Amino acid sequence: MADNLRIKDHWQEQRLFLTRVIVTGVVLLLLTGLVIGRLVQLQVAQYETFSAQSQGNRIRVQPVPPIRGLILDRNGEVLAENMPSYQLELVPEQVPDLQDTLARLVDLGLIEAEALEGVRRTIASRRRFDTIAIAERLEEEQVALFAVNRPHFPGVDIRARLARYYRHGPAIAHVLGYMGGIGPEDQARIDRAAYAGTTHIGRSAIERAYEAQLLGTVGREEVLVNAHGRRMQVLGRGPARPGRDLILTIDIETQLAAYEALGGQRGAVVAIDPRNGEVLALVSTPSFDPTALSTGISRRDFLALQENEDRPLFNRALRGQYPPGSTIKPIMGLAGLHYNVVTPGHRMMCRGFYQLPGSRHRFRDWRPQGHGMVDLHESIVQSCDVYFYDLAREMGIERMAAFLQTFGLGGTSGLDIPGEQPGLVPTPAWKRTAFRNPQDQAWFPGETVIAGIGQGYMLTTPLQLAWSTATVAARGVRYRPQLLLGQRDPLSGQVWLSEPELQEPVPVGDAQQWAVVIDAMRDVLHGPRGTARAVGQGALIEIAGKSGTAQVFTVAQDQRYEDLDVPERLRDHALFVAFAPIEAPSIAVAVIVENGESGSRVAAPVARQVIETHLRLGS
Amino acid sequence: MSLALETRSHRPLTTFGQLLARLHLDGILLAGLVGVMAIGLLAIYSAKGQQLPEVTGQLARMMVALAAMLLMAQVNPVWLRRVAPFAYVGGVLLLLLVLLAGEVGKGAQRWLNVGIRFQPSEIMKLAVPMALCALLHDRALPPRFPMLILMLMLIAVPVLMIAVQPDLGTAILITLSGVAVIFLAGIARRWIIAGIVLALAAMPALWLVMHDYQRSRVLTMFDPTSDPLGAGYHIIQSKIAIGSGGVFGKGWLNGTQGQLEFLPERSTDFIFAVIGEEFGLLGALLLLLLYLVVTARGLVIAVLAQDTFSRLMAGALSVTFFFYVFVNTAMVMGLLPVVGVPLPLVSAGGTSMVTLLAGFGILMSIHTHRKLVTR
Repeated sequence: MADNLRIKDHWQEQRLFLTRVIVTGVVLLLLTGLVIGRLVQLQVAQYETFSAQSQGNRIRVQPVPPIRGLILDRNGEVLAENMPSYQLELVPEQVPDLQDTLARLVDLGLIEAEALEGVRRTIASRRRFDTIAIAERLEEEQVALFAVNRPHFPGVDIRARLARYYRHGPAIAHVLGYMGGIGPEDQARIDRAAYAGTTHIGRSAIERAYEAQLLGTVGREEVLVNAHGRRMQVLGRGPARPGRDLILTIDIETQLAAYEALGGQRGAVVAIDPRNGEVLALVSTPSFDPTALSTGISRRDFLALQENEDRPLFNRALRGQYPPGSTIKPIMGLAGLHYNVVTPGHRMMCRGFYQLPGSRHRFRDWRPQGHGMVDLHESIVQSCDVYFYDLAREMGIERMAAFLQTFGLGGTSGLDIPGEQPGLVPTPAWKRTAFRNPQDQAWFPGETVIAGIGQGYMLTTPLQLAWSTATVAARGVRYRPQLLLGQRDPLSGQVWLSEPELQEPVPVGDAQQWAVVIDAMRDVLHGPRGTARAVGQGALIEIAGKSGTAQVFTVAQDQRYEDLDVPERLRDHALFVAFAPIEAPSIAVAVIVENGESGSRVAAPVARQVIETHLRLGS
Repeated sequence: MSLALETRSHRPLTTFGQLLARLHLDGILLAGLVGVMAIGLLAIYSAKGQQLPEVTGQLARMMVALAAMLLMAQVNPVWLRRVAPFAYVGGVLLLLLVLLAGEVGKGAQRWLNVGIRFQPSEIMKLAVPMALCALLHDRALPPRFPMLILMLMLIAVPVLMIAVQPDLGTAILITLSGVAVIFLAGIARRWIIAGIVLALAAMPALWLVMHDYQRSRVLTMFDPTSDPLGAGYHIIQSKIAIGSGGVFGKGWLNGTQGQLEFLPERSTDFIFAVIGEEFGLLGALLLLLLYLVVTARGLVIAVLAQDTFSRLMAGALSVTFFFYVFVNTAMVMGLLPVVGVPLPLVSAGGTSMVTLLAGFGILMSIHTHRKLVTR
């Protein structure tokens, strides 16, 4: 090797080395200069930028959801409140062994074994640092059980959130409605900023109609968060403002009495104060548990509710449309007097059927043997059909419809919760638009006749029946039915009362005419021949009322309803309308029991129970 | 040099300086190293969420590393020169073993478990320059072309074995230590220029053999925002940390980026960002100054060294140490791609610290084992 032959010149090598070290030193200083330059660039020149970015990194404004307003009845009894509901939450990245943790949670009974697969899928679909709810609505014992075992479950914790609690449950579910998780379709219609942090929204009835008042104003919290978004410290807050408490016109005792009196049958009760339109009770049965629905029920349970053939989610009081049957007779009588079709003293013979001139078709009276000679009073008391067949024919469908409409029939009342159905007061004009087939569009005289006893096309809702009865009770004065009595600011205690909304009165100004009809309604319960005299007997106060039976099933000309073995769902609906006290009415009630067959026997006792409860009689 | 003679005598020790001399330690180097490590302990306490056990753990590792330094300081460089070839061959064999039977950690195969887990690549950080220096010791300098090729091959074998583990950071540092030896040996300027040109030309080839994650690190260095939650996240967060520290810093334990865990790997590779955030420009400059003191002292020792092996070894160790600092700080500030290089003596972790301080032990040994002749 050439190298080996060269002679090592130590002095030369040392000098060369020194040069190289100096060059190295210069290079190192240049590199140091580069590092320092970069430091100055970042820390001095771009300080503002990075400082702002560091602030943005760690300070997050988080919404504080407001506490939803309470719902109270007219006497201050709490109907809807907010109670803590516990849910089990998990942060995957903090759980050492996810499968083992889930298995042990199942062993403790905190997660149902069937739900496990769903929980796994949920976890897999979310990010590692997200907080995921894996079980909702834990029982107190489950919460306690977990609290004891918490050390064995890193990354799993229990969180309480406020959930809606309805003390009287199903009895008032159709008035209050329920809450539901905010879904994609809600996102489109709500102001998202106002709902920041809020998880649920009013789904129906009061909860939905007064959502804006109940919601409150969202608060803001400035929190220090770490890189995982976990809250470390609260730096400042703008408190949330709780929603307004709602005071309803509902009298919970009356409401409960009505619910219990219906006894789970398919039916509805609506009670209105005739002096101001305040709805005292509004019941639809069967019902559902709004608390369970609001805190979340399984899809299976919800489907079961939806598919139940008794339709517990259906609000019969507002949406159920039934032929009014004989309950329409007092108003029909008023119409007769108003149009001068009949006079109080006008009498006619009832032979148990009615025939139009030139027709062989017999319109039957409910009493095959007839009522004999009856005037308006007696035909209301005994519910003679023939008298009203004739009255209707004399009056004509147009005048009848116009008069009924002044009582609010055939249209929505404007009650302050959504979903009301308009019912139907048929007219020839309506029939022309309602049917496609030309031969169905003609109005037949017989249709006027049966309209006289509230049959045929005529449909009313229990709410309309109660309202029209309230109008009768108030001798023609009408107030729009309403459920909201007032609102209260929970912080200041200030109360805003709703004003009763006076409506156009009905065109009957003659006190004599009112007296005739109302007197007849009294005798329905308290006269010797009243259809509901059995219910009137022993009543603690005089009640004016009218029974009704609405046909579901058409009986052929040669058959008698009583002879038929009609399936339950095709049996007649039982109706009753009533008000009391007669001279100074403070409650008007409408009751319907689907397929209850007899208004006087089935519906009237419910009406009496509601009235007596509301007037605090017998207690 | 009569003073030096005195210190070698066995008179009772009267000063701290005499104690150091007796232990073959160098005061200036030691002061600089301890200063750097002290800053490291403060930064680790902050970065580890103020967990005292983390600090005492690091302190224990420092003690082990200092013991290694003390040990190496006692070893005569002559002996080191003689074992250098064996250390090199042994190290290469261990690297081979790693490739065949090593443990996988963090996606890379670089650990060997022999009672304790250790990385053979750490040995090579010392063994490669030692072998090169020993090779050049008896030969006339500057080395000629065949010697250059031989040295490059000696460098390339272990570097390639480490690079495929893959441990790009260590591979680069070992390459640099070898290149430092070649440069300091006085290689002709034309070869230096040729080397630079060759290195630039090799870059596209390097790109082809790189792993995907390595490529993405290079790409994100140029544009961290291209992948803000992936590869770019480290750089974005560390730049925010350093930049928001400003001139005076946010104060010890008050760095929001580090304390709130925005900064990844804040106690290891990215600890310089914690220092920059909490101690500001002034703190970072102080640390750099200490590093420069250590490096400069190492170069002075190299210049004062009396034989070729010692001279080259001291120079290479000092230059390599500085490259550590430069590669790490430049990486943390987004000037270089993210390669796993810890900040020397500051980042939490023991393995690299033991190697580093063992290296400084060699430096001290070189300085304190000089033949005491006056020029």
